[in-house]
Amino acid sequence: MPSFLRKLKWPDLVILAVLAGVFGYVALTVEGKLNYDWRWELIPNYILRYRTDTESWFANLLLQGLFATIRISLYSSVLALILGTILGLARTAENLTVRLLARTYLELLRNIPPVVIVFIFYFFLSAQLIEALNLNAWARDIARGENTAVWEFFFGDMRRFPSMVAGVIVLALFESAFVGEIVRAGIESIPRGQREAARSIGMSRWQEMRYIVLPQALKKVVPPLANQFITLIKDSSIISLISVQELTYKTVELVASTRLIFEAWITTAAFYFVLCFGLSMLFRRLERAR
Amino acid sequence: MTKAPIIVAEHLDKFFGDFQALSDVSLTVHQGERVVVCGPSGSGKSTLIRCFNGLESHDAGRLTVEGVELVPDSPKIRQLRQDVGMVFQQFNLFPHLSVLENLTIGPMKVRKLPKAEAEATARKYLDRVHIPEQAGKYPSQLSGGQQQRVAIARALCMEPRVMLFDEPTSALDPEMIGEVLDVMVELAGTGMTMVVVTHEMGFARKVADRMVFMEQGRIVEVAPPEKFFSAPESARAKLFLDQILEH
Repeated sequence: MPSFLRKLKWPDLVILAVLAGVFGYVALTVEGKLNYDWRWELIPNYILRYRTDTESWFANLLLQGLFATIRISLYSSVLALILGTILGLARTAENLTVRLLARTYLELLRNIPPVVIVFIFYFFLSAQLIEALNLNAWARDIARGENTAVWEFFFGDMRRFPSMVAGVIVLALFESAFVGEIVRAGIESIPRGQREAARSIGMSRWQEMRYIVLPQALKKVVPPLANQFITLIKDSSIISLISVQELTYKTVELVASTRLIFEAWITTAAFYFVLCFGLSMLFRRLERAR
Repeated sequence: MTKAPIIVAEHLDKFFGDFQALSDVSLTVHQGERVVVCGPSGSGKSTLIRCFNGLESHDAGRLTVEGVELVPDSPKIRQLRQDVGMVFQQFNLFPHLSVLENLTIGPMKVRKLPKAEAEATARKYLDRVHIPEQAGKYPSQLSGGQQQRVAIARALCMEPRVMLFDEPTSALDPEMIGEVLDVMVELAGTGMTMVVVTHEMGFARKVADRMVFMEQGRIVEVAPPEKFFSAPESARAKLFLDQILEH
């Protein structure tokens, strides 16, 4: 018997029994009243599908969405880390204007709901940005070209590339505020004496940051940054609102066309959970190993 | 023969908010001279030597180090700090770097010396402070006394012309004070110009050319050690000496 089962005393069993009863009752009532026709057997097809004409497996809606979510999360977190480090440095800068600007950015992003930020960014900025960079034409050319496989591995469907870029940027902007706070806390946790020692051997402010403060600070902030990465994965569902085709968006599509409401959303929830919980277990283990 | 003055402080004032940490402090340190600064805590000793390498900026008065006037935020301060070594009470070694890297990072990044040359210098000074075998370790693996000796070596690696010591033995366990003081005495023997803030009166007696006694941000008395310890002029210095020499 596993040790945690042996630790259970009779009050625990009572609590568990009551909980099981409540859930059972709710499930039965829903089942009776909702008259919902469960069709779990359809779900696997929307994850992986066998294509009879080419005789190969391919990732269908849900798995495509999961891949897109992973890609977007990776790119945004790299961008958020860069922006956040700059923001953290700006927050601890000597120059008052720099500090004020960084603070303003942070407070704006922290005190506006992410959904609103996403819309504002999308309608006011992303269209101009994508036009300015001529991304649409560029991505279309690649989509029409020969070598699409490599591009698609990294960026998914190239015809949707501009929308993905918009999603990655807005997500990174939003998360960078929190990364910035984490980096600032890391920088401020380095004792004053370290900076004084660096200065006393003639280092410039930049060298003092680059060689003494940042290496120590970034090492300290790895655990909170890992948590922030998991938060970012969850927050990435918001950009489905601007038609970025990630997991949540694909689920909405799937539900709209098949009416597999419960099955699809439960599957998607399971995907997010496994991804985020798996990462958090992994990070915990890595941290213990350090 | 009069030696060239290295540090010239004239009428320095320093405020922390309303608190006056230094008032009208004037002191000249000549080349090769060993000056020991003592006084009760809060008397401004540390503030004074921190002004000497620009870690604190003075609010009034004039301070020149090696003929260069220290003006707050002057880019010259950086240049100057390379010539003025500082040893802190809390060692302030860089914990993410090995002992050898602690010693070479300044010469390599600031003086732009090639790695091999910086390491040769570092090993020379590790020898000088008697811990050549610790080069590959990290500061946290060393005892307090060893850490402070590494800190002294780190400052020496920049080949400074003056060494400032800010209570170098105050954070040490008693049995480790001796090893650090020994290194400092040897350093004094090489003719290094030193300004030392310390309560170690045995050390002061042994190496000091001049004793500076401070209280409440002022220099109360400056005297050669023989005179300072046997017949201090001011009543305050007498009281201070009675208190710390009693034990």
